Amino acid sequence: MTASRRDFIKTSGFLVVGIGVAGDLSFAQGPGAGPYPDVDFRQLDSWIVIRQDNTATFFVGKTDLGQGTGTAFRQIMADELDMPYDKTACVMGNTDVTVDQGGSGGSDALQTDGYPMRRVAAEARRVLLEMASARLGVPVAQLVVSDSVVSVAADPSKKVSYGELIGGKRFNVTLTGNNINATTGVAKLKDVQQFKIVGTSPQRYDIPAKVDGSLKWAVDAKVPGMVHARNVKPAFAGAKLVSIDESSVKGVPGLIKVVSKGNYVAVVCEREEQAIQAARQLKVTWQKPAAAPFPASDDLFTFMRRAELTSSAPPIVVGNLDASIKGAAKVLEADYEIPFQGHTSIGPAHAMADPSNDQLTIYSNDMKSYGLRDGVAEFLKIPRDRVRVVWMEGPQAYGRTAADDAGFEAAFLAKEIGRPVRIQWMRNEETAWDTKGPAFAVKVRGGLDAQGNLVAFDYDARSADFNHLGYNEHDTVLISQLMGNRRAMPARGSAAMPDDKYGIPSRRMAASVVSLPLIWETPLRTGNLRDPNGPQATFASESFIDELAAAANADPLEFRLKLLNASEEDSGFKRARSIAALKAAAEAFKWDPRPSPKRVSSGEILTGRGVAYTFRSQTVVAQMAEVEVNRRTGRVWVKRIVVAHDCGLVINPETLRRVVEAGALYGLSRALYEEVRFDTEKVTSVDWASSPTLTHTDTPESLEVLIVNGDPNPKRPDLPHYGAGETMIKPMMALIGNAIFDATGVRLRRVPFRSARVLAALKSGNV
Amino acid sequence: MANINLRVNGKAHTVDVDPATPLLYVLRNDLDLQGPRFGCGLGQCGACTVIIKGEAVRSCIRPISTVQGAEITTLEGLSQNGKLHPLQQAWIDEQVPACGFCQNGQIMTAKALLDKTPAPTDAQIRQGMANTLCRCMTYYRIQAAIKRASKTVSTASNESGSEVIA
Repeated sequence: MTASRRDFIKTSGFLVVGIGVAGDLSFAQGPGAGPYPDVDFRQLDSWIVIRQDNTATFFVGKTDLGQGTGTAFRQIMADELDMPYDKTACVMGNTDVTVDQGGSGGSDALQTDGYPMRRVAAEARRVLLEMASARLGVPVAQLVVSDSVVSVAADPSKKVSYGELIGGKRFNVTLTGNNINATTGVAKLKDVQQFKIVGTSPQRYDIPAKVDGSLKWAVDAKVPGMVHARNVKPAFAGAKLVSIDESSVKGVPGLIKVVSKGNYVAVVCEREEQAIQAARQLKVTWQKPAAAPFPASDDLFTFMRRAELTSSAPPIVVGNLDASIKGAAKVLEADYEIPFQGHTSIGPAHAMADPSNDQLTIYSNDMKSYGLRDGVAEFLKIPRDRVRVVWMEGPQAYGRTAADDAGFEAAFLAKEIGRPVRIQWMRNEETAWDTKGPAFAVKVRGGLDAQGNLVAFDYDARSADFNHLGYNEHDTVLISQLMGNRRAMPARGSAAMPDDKYGIPSRRMAASVVSLPLIWETPLRTGNLRDPNGPQATFASESFIDELAAAANADPLEFRLKLLNASEEDSGFKRARSIAALKAAAEAFKWDPRPSPKRVSSGEILTGRGVAYTFRSQTVVAQMAEVEVNRRTGRVWVKRIVVAHDCGLVINPETLRRVVEAGALYGLSRALYEEVRFDTEKVTSVDWASSPTLTHTDTPESLEVLIVNGDPNPKRPDLPHYGAGETMIKPMMALIGNAIFDATGVRLRRVPFRSARVLAALKSGNV
Repeated sequence: MANINLRVNGKAHTVDVDPATPLLYVLRNDLDLQGPRFGCGLGQCGACTVIIKGEAVRSCIRPISTVQGAEITTLEGLSQNGKLHPLQQAWIDEQVPACGFCQNGQIMTAKALLDKTPAPTDAQIRQGMANTLCRCMTYYRIQAAIKRASKTVSTASNESGSEVIA
């Protein structure tokens, strides 16, 4: 292998270092080397390296948050290339080594980014076949490929391997496409029926090192001379820093510096425990804001319903809602409430930044490493090619987590101190200050005709999504806000609308945003929380559909199927696939058709079952659950869950099952426990006692995942691979609420369903 | 600062730190062990769990001065002669982790559980693991892996002729 081949090598145990693809060919020397120009996505060599020993490395611009996407990328690329899976490796998300596919987000790893990966792999195969044709003197049409070996169909003894053809050399093939998602060569993709690796379940390659302790995570990033930092957050939301008494930490051993700018305060020490001590001990005087930053969480929904709208999306209108409501035999109206919920990652935000050689290397688990690079460069006014992000594994970083914030803080402090700085948030910081999924107050109205048909549906949502943070924005990350940077206008989020394919003659869906008093520097800052705003909207809509079914004295499954059958077809066959998923769930669950609620029994444990359904992007999920409600304590235990899941072509069925299982339980955690609590000064959810989560004792007895392919042409050669990371979270609040209603006859319109809330509802319902 | 003697995964170490320092930071920053991880610093989540005298201990709240001389086992110390512990193997066979950050605590807590109760019932597994949190919600597979490992452990002890606890 010549030095001119781009490759990656491992040095220092954890540094993934690249050799420039452009051909300058000097080895990168770890932190401090550079500059780091963007990797050219229009060069095949940027994506695929094949060595003389017939091994390949794929370089992709994604990150794997523990959902096995890296394994899936290897499967699809190895399959297009006709290489054995176990001769491949995958490098992800290092800004100087891999093309910029944006990192992770939107559960689109396979749905969107998988296609350029497949196309470049197919192109590599095409080029290799041409090379083999020249080498063997046989037209391409007479060649076959198996396990990286090209042979003559009529005479298999005439053969040449990929390694012999390209190992140690560059492809030098230029790709086309206006953007990275459109990247393509001239080769055609395989029909999905030709796949051999896709559809099988190789084990995830990242798991062994996660169970034997050998994996180097972003929390483990360490370089010589590295020091430790901790933040000192404002004691009150919206507080202004008055003074810092540095004498209060004078005795702390290892103290290097107290850093402050605006309302941002941090301490830097030689050792980690010293930084923790200094942060605790530092006396800072804060001035409370003149007005309360927000109402207490108990008063939140009253506040939101009275608040003026700060922005509204144009409503989606079908038919004539007012006329349909007026003509309805029965009209129902209800208010649904979903509190702020946090990411509350199991591992608080962290990052390490090394400023050696007047450059910046940031070691981070942020799922959008490229955005982190761009944002930090802008924040610190460093040329973009002097900053790189080395992406490493980390805790539960689904969405816009505080991992974004920590990357900027480490970078700022490293530049300030002139030494490599590692920062980690404490638990109270993470739980109180990470970005939140916005609270929703939803008013729904529905009208049934005399035959119990749903003729009108009115959905009107308000969300407290008044300053929705994007990813790695230099002017909205927390440190930037605390330093006083302000956008002219905060980015309004949205109050999502429900995703279903129900055919309802008249329908209106409206979504507006309301603001709490404190807009900047607030711990109630919002950002994408896994399945952004989907659970909130779906809780209201899928619970209310159940209310309407009960009012029509109809079986809730039949009621939904009837509405789906009344709908018109659309792209992606969502309606047909919705019906298929509901029917698959019903069959596995052995759904007993009858209206809800069932007759409430006299014992201590009340049991019931529920159904809910949704889609997200192109992925369809139907769920059924059986719950036990303890009449004496109010405890809800979900005994059994069936999830019917249609994400089109499945790359790795065993990994998909686990992703869906875990996602469903995460949705359950949000349905049963999760809520950000606050008083009129600060967030009071600060640890796992004040911010409970699902535990081992809540696990259902049975959790069945059905992989459904409801495509009307299930064997089509271009069956798409849709995303699978979030849809199963979305219907879970409604699912559990519907099952509780079936068991008890009591409708809960406010999550989470913690015991005290359920017990109070049972009592007021005389159950 | 003071010199503290530690035995970790069979090896002796001396570190010069404040005796009040939680064990976690010494394991991670002085001994370069990365199995135990910081999750809460409050003993609530379990991500930092190590085993001391057969007990699953939360190293984030255990002052270093209180563990002098005790044999401390971390995730890195579970495998024997290059062979994974049956729990680690079960974790791979069941493909348990999602992000994997908490799995140190899950595995170490399960180890202490199985050492005391080699063939736990489902209820004993849930109860024994109740305070070890996973935010990716891999609970279902963790429990399956513990059951799988418990079968391996009891088969192994059966073969070696020792008592099997049913």
